[in-house]
Amino acid sequence: MTSSVLMQAIISGILVGGVYALIGVGLTIIFGVMRVINFAHGDLMMVGMYLTYFLFTQLGIDPFVSVIITIPTMFIFGGIIQKLFINRIIGSLPQNQILLTIGLGLIMSNSAMLAFTSDYKILTTSYSSSSFNIMGISISQPLALSFLITAVITLLLYWFFMKTDTGQAIRATAQDREAAQLMGINVKRMSIIAFGLGASLAGTAGALISPTYYIFPQVGSAFTLKAFVITVLGGMGSIVGATLGGIIIGVVESVGAVTISSDWKDVLVFSIFLLVLLIKPAGLMGKSST
Amino acid sequence: MLKIDKLNFSYGDLKVLWEIDLEVNQGEIVTVVGANGAGKSTTLKNISRLVKPNSGSMTFNGVDLTRLESHQVVEQGVVQVPEGRKIFPEMTVMENLRMGSYIPSARKEREKNMALVFTLFPRLKEREKQLGGTMSGGEQQMLAIGRGLMANPKLLLLDEPSLGLSPLFVKNIFDIIIEINRQGVTILLVEQNVYQSLRIANRAYVLETGRVVLTGTGTDLLNNDHIKKAFLGM
Repeated sequence: MTSSVLMQAIISGILVGGVYALIGVGLTIIFGVMRVINFAHGDLMMVGMYLTYFLFTQLGIDPFVSVIITIPTMFIFGGIIQKLFINRIIGSLPQNQILLTIGLGLIMSNSAMLAFTSDYKILTTSYSSSSFNIMGISISQPLALSFLITAVITLLLYWFFMKTDTGQAIRATAQDREAAQLMGINVKRMSIIAFGLGASLAGTAGALISPTYYIFPQVGSAFTLKAFVITVLGGMGSIVGATLGGIIIGVVESVGAVTISSDWKDVLVFSIFLLVLLIKPAGLMGKSST
Repeated sequence: MLKIDKLNFSYGDLKVLWEIDLEVNQGEIVTVVGANGAGKSTTLKNISRLVKPNSGSMTFNGVDLTRLESHQVVEQGVVQVPEGRKIFPEMTVMENLRMGSYIPSARKEREKNMALVFTLFPRLKEREKQLGGTMSGGEQQMLAIGRGLMANPKLLLLDEPSLGLSPLFVKNIFDIIIEINRQGVTILLVEQNVYQSLRIANRAYVLETGRVVLTGTGTDLLNNDHIKKAFLGM
């Protein structure tokens, strides 16, 4: 194998990793603010995929344009889920939280099955398989575009959390829910915004990979697991960690697929995952709980 | 200003507060003293609506507090500086203070209040970029009080501000409380440091196992035989 092949694999790994990072960041925001692990996370992504598919096939809107619709729609959808369901189980027993989010995920995937059947759909755009060359490395056009959008979203998110009052209030709620209440922060509203953000990030990730991935109702479960690995790898609740984790998993998968075989890429991913946790149990950016 | 009538509260089956009557008038420093577990902090938690009472009424300037959520109590001007400071550890001093002025009415006066806090605690100005979690206990206490002042409180609830501080700093904190009161903020102070808090208080309540057993002016209680024996070791 030549070094250019390896280089190629690393580049496409980073590009895919950007989308993984979005999924992981969404999960980590929800966990950070609510201390609830969202097992419906992959299913939210699936909803984003079908939304994109619907907008493309019915209205002819390009997937990379329709994210403008997908982002607010998924935000509202997530906010409603939080208000109706998740707000009731904050601070309750973990098993109840797990059952609730798994149940919500099942409802989503089965509704998708009813609406769209369980057939695999492919969203083919004119550029789905086109690519361009930079210094002899071929880069997939849809992947590069999705990475660009991911980067913009990540920067906006960073600005939101660091510079705006609402963003800071969400961070404050994550760090000490009770103290946040004593500052006059409406923590229930912050939770709604946080889940809305998480859902819209997952949905956006779904939208961005829809031109290069099969769309089917159960696609979410694999991604829930992946989101979980990314989040734990980066350190639960850490946004920087989840971004890093997403890129690492993307690169490991991609390099694993070309150096060993694509059947073994998940083995490699989980080996790296276990190795990191052995050395740093709280995750790359995590703080060991005291 | 603040009026609590026959407040009863229990954590599950464990009754913690029995028929608490408590009143704070505009401009006063009122202190609630008592041993560990007497129900002092629980009383403040009820006022801030972090917990819900079984029965009883609580009003602030005529507004029924029992109908409000925690964040709405802050909007009324009742601000608590909680026990153990509860600084946001991953936020800088500056960000912590900004969070103190989160409510819309306080946001408008953010600059003014921040200048006030920095005059009161010059140390915070020096550390404005430091993360809250990395500061010493005394500095965190300054930050917690400063953060509370950022909300433009009418009534400041202070829960054990002297806990875990060096003796030198304890004296300092009580001087600062007097100074804050002088600037027009009414104070309800919960303390285990009975001597210091009675010394600065206009009036005081003594809590024992969830009941108010004594009330009076600070000076009266300092000379009370029961207080001397039970709390001051005299």
